[in-house]
Amino acid sequence: MGEVEKSLAELRKTFNSGRTRSVAWRKNQLRALLDLISHKEEVIFEALHQDLGKHPVEAYRDEIGVVIKSARFALNNMEKWMAPKKGHIPLLFFPAKGEVLPEPLGVVLVLSSWNFPISLALDPLIGAISAGNAVVLKLSENAPACSSFLAKTLPLYLDNSAIKVFEGGADVGNELLQHKWDKIFFTGSSRVGRLVMTAAAKHLTPVTLELGGKCPAILDSLSNPSDMKAAVKRIVGAKWGACSGQACIGVDYVLVEDNFKSTLIELLKKTIKKFYGENPKSSKSNARIINKHHFERLRNLLEDPLVADSIVHGGSSDEENLFIEPTILLNPPLEAEIMTEEIFGPLLPIITIDKIQESIDIINSRSKPLAIYAFTKDETLKRKILAETSSGSVVFNDTMIQFLCDALPFGGVGQSGFGSYHGKYSFDTFSHEKAVLQRSFFPEIEPRYPPWNSFKLKFIRLAYNFDYLGLLLLLMGLKR
Amino acid sequence: MLFVRVLNIVAARIMAIEGEKNVYEVEIEASSLVKEIRESYATGKTRSYEWRMSQLQRLVQMLEHHEQEIAEAIVADLSKPMFEALAYEVAMLKNSCSLAVKKLKQWMVPEKVKTSITTFPSSAEIVPEPLGVVLVISPWNYPFLLSLDPVIGAIAAGNAVVLKPSEVSPATSSLLAKLVGEYMDNSLIRVVEGGVAETTALLEQKWDKICYTGNGRVGRIVMAAAAKHLTPVLLELGGKSPVVVDSGINLQVATRRIIAGKWGCNNGQTCVAPDYILTTKDFAPKLVDALKHELEHFFGENPLDSKDLSRIVNSNHFARLTKLLDEDRVSGTIVHGGKSEKSTLKISPTILLDAPRDSLIMNEEIFGPLLPILTVEKVEDSFDIINSGTKPLAAYLFTSNKKLKEQFVMTVSAGGVVINDTVLHLSVAGLPFGGVQESGMGAYHGKFSFDAFSHKKAVLYRSFAGDAPVRYPPYTKGKLRLMKALIGGSILSAIFALFGLSKD
Repeated sequence: MGEVEKSLAELRKTFNSGRTRSVAWRKNQLRALLDLISHKEEVIFEALHQDLGKHPVEAYRDEIGVVIKSARFALNNMEKWMAPKKGHIPLLFFPAKGEVLPEPLGVVLVLSSWNFPISLALDPLIGAISAGNAVVLKLSENAPACSSFLAKTLPLYLDNSAIKVFEGGADVGNELLQHKWDKIFFTGSSRVGRLVMTAAAKHLTPVTLELGGKCPAILDSLSNPSDMKAAVKRIVGAKWGACSGQACIGVDYVLVEDNFKSTLIELLKKTIKKFYGENPKSSKSNARIINKHHFERLRNLLEDPLVADSIVHGGSSDEENLFIEPTILLNPPLEAEIMTEEIFGPLLPIITIDKIQESIDIINSRSKPLAIYAFTKDETLKRKILAETSSGSVVFNDTMIQFLCDALPFGGVGQSGFGSYHGKYSFDTFSHEKAVLQRSFFPEIEPRYPPWNSFKLKFIRLAYNFDYLGLLLLLMGLKR
Repeated sequence: MLFVRVLNIVAARIMAIEGEKNVYEVEIEASSLVKEIRESYATGKTRSYEWRMSQLQRLVQMLEHHEQEIAEAIVADLSKPMFEALAYEVAMLKNSCSLAVKKLKQWMVPEKVKTSITTFPSSAEIVPEPLGVVLVISPWNYPFLLSLDPVIGAIAAGNAVVLKPSEVSPATSSLLAKLVGEYMDNSLIRVVEGGVAETTALLEQKWDKICYTGNGRVGRIVMAAAAKHLTPVLLELGGKSPVVVDSGINLQVATRRIIAGKWGCNNGQTCVAPDYILTTKDFAPKLVDALKHELEHFFGENPLDSKDLSRIVNSNHFARLTKLLDEDRVSGTIVHGGKSEKSTLKISPTILLDAPRDSLIMNEEIFGPLLPILTVEKVEDSFDIINSGTKPLAAYLFTSNKKLKEQFVMTVSAGGVVINDTVLHLSVAGLPFGGVQESGMGAYHGKFSFDAFSHKKAVLYRSFAGDAPVRYPPYTKGKLRLMKALIGGSILSAIFALFGLSKD
């Protein structure tokens, strides 16, 4: 028996024992996770710095803090989430009780990604634990320091017979996918997402796919300079501030009216300078590109001569340090790769249009993004965006903070994925909602049973309409 | 490549002239149909409340105007008792559609949610929006109900829909095509008739959701096809739904409810029908007697002649079912019924006592009028037997014991659980209907139908004010302190950090 089979057998056994179902077990695991984070904060900072050059502030904001917040939220709300919900029962079935009871799915697989190697591994894990599942967590090999840290440390804190960690590349991922899971939660690219779902189909395993897409930022012509400053800061924060653009909800490109472009470009340049100094390469606030493969992919995007011509700021890179300067492009060709593929890096194309309303057509001509950001005070435009576009989420006048809002489901639609998590939605993602109907033996509704006749048919018809008066009349022989 | 394409098209034409569709033609038809519907969907027409409402109302009208015709088609396909066709398909559908009409406005309202200190000041809501163009593939056993019930959800949620009814129930399939053509907005709602070739061609297309009701084998094919386009799926499958019967109950009521769910619903050809019974050795003889007695009461002495029992859908299924009984070790366990008539495709209600657990009948979903009873020492033992198999679509328990009820609800995993009745949960719109694991994924009925065909879009509104510099580079130690305080939710330490008073 291989390692995977052995682990799976152990996890099934644990799950079947019912241990993971108890509130105490779930809470203990989450508390242990919080302990781990507080004991090992420095080590995590170090690992994230090694893998991605993230500054501790960024690391805390996007990774450690996210995990703490989610774990605490789950600890505080778990009992409420676990409680059965009443389902309305028609009077006809009286006396009866209907409820929806959440139950764990079983043994689940979480496949995490390298760009937020701590939070995108532990945040879904929190959901899986809260819902009472046994879990295998497969870490991304592209962030080796974080991967080996989690693989070494998680077993020291968590219940090893219910939660297992696997490290490794595509081969390990493939092997895991051959097995039967009760749920697969995947964060990553749509290419791999397809493979995951195809493998899941063999075992009828439900999947949640957290993918990406080109998230646009619509920037209306804001008249108030301080609004404009805030908007640009938030765009810069969402392009370069979170893992140097290597974020699924980062701003991919900006849509702006033509006469507003120079104001935007000036402000972007100024903000970049303020954030990263004269020489961004030496800034410690900048994450680096994950690896050589992605570095080359990004550099290739810029190599198309028509694209290169459109660079209005930055464009330099340093292969040795896997650094790419914050780069702004003005109107690169829409059919160039930089405008057809998700950029996932520190390059920001600005696409100009005549009227800001045209941005809706541009967005709708592409596949549905994970997020749409729109900076505007125009209520009509807001309504139009909401009603006429489709995306995982929409944020007005800010970027990325939807990720921190536990009350909102986080997930994509169309090519940006399906299923969602965060807060209660994480719990739901890893739960089955079992319908429970309880009846007593009395009273009996005779017309339910054969042999059939026209009286019974009349009765059933009235019953479906919940026409109680009609039923009464029928029973008294007064209705024809 | 192009040359091959052209050849294919030419070949398709030739076949068409000869009066037979070939694979290529079917594919071309499917892709142009989807293209056409996508164009209509892009106009945004389906998003309006008015459009959804008008389509749902048309559907109600269609059911009212053609009730008899619909029931006759179902009777033609399955020899279903007219009562079953009218009550369990037409009336149920009308009920489901009326509910959608009544609740549509309420379902469409965005849900306001609270935001937290980390995103202050802001407001947030969850806006349900249509997924796009969806495909519904329906089965033959409730050919009308299971075709249009998901369609109601899809329309309510504002989607364009293509419905592919089962070719195994041809009369209903062609009536659906005709009526949907007459009553519904055909630029956005269509029926495609056909068999495997047509279904395969449809599955090649890109959909925004696929709803399939049927078996696990095809469910896997549907999901694998959906994976190519990253399409979410709703799979309504089946499984061996057990009935646990405890002693000390009102036996007459229990037996009647079991019979109503098993033979009274399309003669066992129902995804939530009781598949087998689990009861104690001591109680089994009483139960068998009671079942026999009530069966005779319902269906007469010669059930093969009863008008109140459906036939088996076709000779394939008839052969499959008789084969289950033919197995040597199984035929000896028949304690009631076991009669069949090939010419009319009828099989009488059949009860088996302790058929071997490794026999085919105890391992496949029966989907027919055969009911094995498995005996156990203690009634609690039945929970382990249920949990050792794949998760069924439904699990039933008859008991007066409160503790046993609780234990059953907590430990038995199934799509739905019903205590002291069978099948009835289907008609409760307040409960989600759907399976888990081998019995499927996703759920529908009532508001759950609307949700199944909606995307819940997270929307966050912020003002330009309230910008915390802590979010932005250049990053400093002070910012780290403040951030920790903020995420920690401690206002006091946040204020301290802001003033630079924090100790660490």
